[in-house]
Amino acid sequence: MSETSRELIVSKIRNGTVIDHIPAGTALQVLNILGITGREGYRVALVMNVESSKLGRKDIVKVENRELKPEEVNKIALIAPTATINIIRDYRVVRKVKVKLQDVIEGIIKCPNPNCISNLPREPIKPKFRVVSRNPIKLKCVYCGRYITGDDIARQLH
Amino acid sequence: MGFKGRDVIAITDFTPEELLHLFNVAKTMEKYCRSRLELLKDKILALAFFEPSTRTMFSFQTAMHRLGGSVIWFSSSEATSIAKGENLADTIRMLSSYADAIVIRHRFEGAAAFAAEIADVPVINAGDGSQHHPTQAMIDLYTIWRERGRIEGLNVGVLGDLRYGRAAASFIYAISMFKPKKLYLISPELLKVRSEVRDYLESKGVDYTETTRLDEVIDELDVLYVTRVQKERFPDPAEYEKVKGSYRVDLKVLSKAKEDLMILHPLPRVDEIALEVDNTRYAYYFKQASYGVPVRMALLALVMGGIE
Repeated sequence: MSETSRELIVSKIRNGTVIDHIPAGTALQVLNILGITGREGYRVALVMNVESSKLGRKDIVKVENRELKPEEVNKIALIAPTATINIIRDYRVVRKVKVKLQDVIEGIIKCPNPNCISNLPREPIKPKFRVVSRNPIKLKCVYCGRYITGDDIARQLH
Repeated sequence: MGFKGRDVIAITDFTPEELLHLFNVAKTMEKYCRSRLELLKDKILALAFFEPSTRTMFSFQTAMHRLGGSVIWFSSSEATSIAKGENLADTIRMLSSYADAIVIRHRFEGAAAFAAEIADVPVINAGDGSQHHPTQAMIDLYTIWRERGRIEGLNVGVLGDLRYGRAAASFIYAISMFKPKKLYLISPELLKVRSEVRDYLESKGVDYTETTRLDEVIDELDVLYVTRVQKERFPDPAEYEKVKGSYRVDLKVLSKAKEDLMILHPLPRVDEIALEVDNTRYAYYFKQASYGVPVRMALLALVMGGIE
């Protein structure tokens, strides 16, 4: 059942971004990755565990009056590879894209290797990973070469 | 083939052709190991050894002196501003403004790659953490090339600490670039190679096998690369106690070896090769250590622009 077919849990937004097809139960992590705390002043709606024909169950995030940039949203591919991004203007979807994991992921997750230079607190260094495989997700630290897999990523982002 | 100005972070940054070019230069350098060239006159090499070293540091120093250049160095962080709390980035920035190249050894993995991002001059990794020691791997391959005449198509065993030993990991990466006939990874269960290394072997299509028993494969080997257990890199001392002394190369196990087996070891050794092996025809590890100077002379001359 699509959200629009019967009754809406949350009203439509006029302008902003709708992130749809988020795996059920991960919407809070999505907000976390996007750095949305709720204290920004704009309206944010969170819908969790609604029916989805594609996913069975899914989460949806609506952010009013803010058009998220693709590079911002692509970060959520780490935990929500199925998500789609809808840019809304005047109640209409003007752009719809699937998230895509970038080849290099910088600064979102930490390297799991405690002996990696990127974990030294006083160095001007951001953790950086290259994608080894997208499905299942496996990344490799640019500095120490250690792998990080989907489970480790999800654990870090909780 | 451009070595000039390049960072040397991992052995896999180089192609087999580039390494063979390096070896040809190193062979020429052997003639000058007791004299002095002027190839790097007026050049300064900084040695930043945040971790202790004997062979690596002295052979870099010797190599630079033999090439006519100068060296600035520290060999532990105690006598420097690092003891006052200076971070790696600031230390590298400072050395980069003084010297024409920087050699770094550091306990943290990826330190050399990070230093290379900061420095404006070439950075050479002299060992960071437990995965990379590219100049050691160059010396290891050079020893095989020099003494055996070829590197390809050999049955190669790597024995010891394949999990925490950076020389072992670097050697595995290096030998895999030269199509070994078969690679035998011999180690206690706890010290088996990481999945990252296994993936690399598979991506290169290397025929390899993992075993815990040297005596079962010794008769197959053309080269046996031995490493010590890296006590200092064990996260848990109890685990170290479990595996220390769990393998040993002695005359008994060598009774089944091929006539022309070469035993290599990056040194220092503890007790993984019995002293009785030193005087056998199999022992190439002291020769290997002596090649540290010509190989590093070749690398410095190429990277610092002394020769093409």
